[in-house]
Amino acid sequence: MKKSYILGALTVVGLSASAAAAATLDDVKSRGKLNCGVTTGLVGFAAPDANGEWKGFDVAVCRAVAAAVLGDPNAVEFVPTTGKTRFTALASGEIDMLARNTTWTFSRDNDLKFEFTGINYYDGQGFMVPKALGVSSAKDLDGATVCIQTGTTTELNLADYFRKNNISYEPVPIETNAEAQQQYLAGACDVYTTDASGLAATRATFENPGEHILLPEIVSKEPLGPLVRHGDNEWGDIVRWTLNALITAEELGVSSANVAEMASGTNNPEVARLLGTEGELGSMLGLDADWAKRAIETQGNYGEIFAKNIGEETPIGLARGLNAQWTDGGLLYSPPFR
Amino acid sequence: MSTLSDPQQGSFRLSMLLNDTRYRSATLQVIAAIILAACLFYLYSNLAENLREAGLNIAFDFLGAPAGYDINQTLIDYNSQSSNLRAAMVGILNTLLVAFLACITATVFGVIAGVLRLSNNWLVRKLMAVYVEIFRNIPVLIWIIIIFTIMTAVMPAPSAFRGDDPDSTMLFDLFAFTNRGVYIPGPYFTRGIGGEDGSWINWLLVIATMVAALFGTRAVTARAEAKQAATGVRPNTLWINLAIWFVPIIILLTILGLAWDIPALSGFNFGGGLKIGGPLIALWFALSIYTGAFIAENVRAGILAVSKGQTEAASALGLRPRRVMSLVVLPQALRVIIPPLISQYLNITKNSSLAIAVGYADITATLGGITLNQTGRAIECVLLLMAFYLIISLLISAGMNVYNNAVKLKER
Repeated sequence: MKKSYILGALTVVGLSASAAAAATLDDVKSRGKLNCGVTTGLVGFAAPDANGEWKGFDVAVCRAVAAAVLGDPNAVEFVPTTGKTRFTALASGEIDMLARNTTWTFSRDNDLKFEFTGINYYDGQGFMVPKALGVSSAKDLDGATVCIQTGTTTELNLADYFRKNNISYEPVPIETNAEAQQQYLAGACDVYTTDASGLAATRATFENPGEHILLPEIVSKEPLGPLVRHGDNEWGDIVRWTLNALITAEELGVSSANVAEMASGTNNPEVARLLGTEGELGSMLGLDADWAKRAIETQGNYGEIFAKNIGEETPIGLARGLNAQWTDGGLLYSPPFR
Repeated sequence: MSTLSDPQQGSFRLSMLLNDTRYRSATLQVIAAIILAACLFYLYSNLAENLREAGLNIAFDFLGAPAGYDINQTLIDYNSQSSNLRAAMVGILNTLLVAFLACITATVFGVIAGVLRLSNNWLVRKLMAVYVEIFRNIPVLIWIIIIFTIMTAVMPAPSAFRGDDPDSTMLFDLFAFTNRGVYIPGPYFTRGIGGEDGSWINWLLVIATMVAALFGTRAVTARAEAKQAATGVRPNTLWINLAIWFVPIIILLTILGLAWDIPALSGFNFGGGLKIGGPLIALWFALSIYTGAFIAENVRAGILAVSKGQTEAASALGLRPRRVMSLVVLPQALRVIIPPLISQYLNITKNSSLAIAVGYADITATLGGITLNQTGRAIECVLLLMAFYLIISLLISAGMNVYNNAVKLKER
């Protein structure tokens, strides 16, 4: 572990000059591949399937950007990162963007010099306990042993929450979700805490998911979204507007099924601008006119991506909740394509 | 009138710097120093420039800011509002604790295995060879994870101790072995000085008493030896020594009111008593058996380095094999054993940084792990870590060298 920090620090030293100075878009184009940082494996969000192909909600964002920029959703090199290695990987230029369950916070934006390009999942920290424990509220967890992924915002929220409620706990720091799952199932900790979506995804992989419950308390705001390095605004815009294109597509009723038809002719001018049949939005981004069309065609709109990877029809079974469109009472609200 | 004359002026030519053996080595060293300085300067300016371009700077202010996270094993007072520096101190103490414990047990394992590997008993000899070869040739990280995984998978969770007919029971009603660690009775003082806050003063008193007893017994032994040298009769010191060891400490503990806090189920875990966490046990044990295998080879080498004639001579004097080993062979073997032993101690200290694999809160996990991640101050944290391990290694090395000088062959 120690070695990786030192190497990481050295790569910051060695690479960040070229990374910060040169345009990431040119790098990606000349490489022909997008290097996208994802988790080391969280089913539904980012995990390789049986064929070794990366699938998931965050993976779809990477693929959408690759489709928009390179024209090929498979031109992505997925780089698994842990809670600890993710920021070094991004700052050093090892990855072009990070699409991982990473919370947008003030200090990451300003102190670590990253640029969050939007929110693709509105989350909050929750607690999972075995049903047999007989706990119905997080306030009953006085003295519990809690598994926690180290180096995350959840680690800080956990300390704050127990301090605020004047109850004690014992943290068991864990590096990856897989380890946490193993410790939790072995009973080495009473509680596993992370983002509620992550808990749901983890529980879905258990042999007996019904034996575990998520406590009702959501103790924090965890806006998760893709991020890029600070200082390369053109690249940041591409990632931001690719995500916005997916969200807008759902709002305007553009889906992977009808995008080709709509691109050939529509009487909704915003759809026409989005799909590049009207206006010059693509060239303003430094891309061609079909960039958003390709992203939507290959990945589907935001709603399709949600339903396919983490929605109620999947084992993960997350309701749209806050992640519904603003028109449906949710928080998803993309600025207009104009 | 002087027969000496000044060296001829002007006889020095530039080419002599390379051709003249008087100057050549100095020239090369100066060149090497310039190259080294240039490399360092290049690295530093590269770092400074890149940081500036990324809008970052090197600053250690974050050490004073609240850490914000909790740690599961703290030897000093700590909570999530303590500073990052305090968290680093917690990590340093945890590193030193596990390194100290592992050095002791690794030495014990190593000496036993090393001596037994030269045993005349075929089975014992081969068993020790198997131990050494297996543990030496598998990376220590794997051992740490194996032991930790076995502990969490095999040992019962605290919940197994609950209920009228529990699956697991406590050993002698005093010790509880769980997959979160081992709970043992913890000593405390009912009439201690300074109450709760002053408990460390009481322990200091206990340690001071034991150190005084050590010096007391040494003085008694020295007097007995002097008397033996003078008169040939060695006075019996056993009872005096036992009294020096036990009487003062028993009186002190009685005055302070020593009592034992027995662990008992409370809430989700055991409460009371002392908890030796699972990560500490896994790390401690893995480092001990792994490094023990290396030390065993050092010990074997040291013993084989002692001339066989020494053993034969000692046997000829009528000493039994055990005394031959402890009085004749091992003291001489120490001279060969200690220098490589120093580097094994350094290895233990550095390998303790693998603690992060099992969630043990050592300095790499606190300062170099959580603090680094939460503050994003990678360069500063890594620099501090490097400085810490360097200082600790130099201190261990220096201390062991003092000991080495004490036991090495005195050449007069």
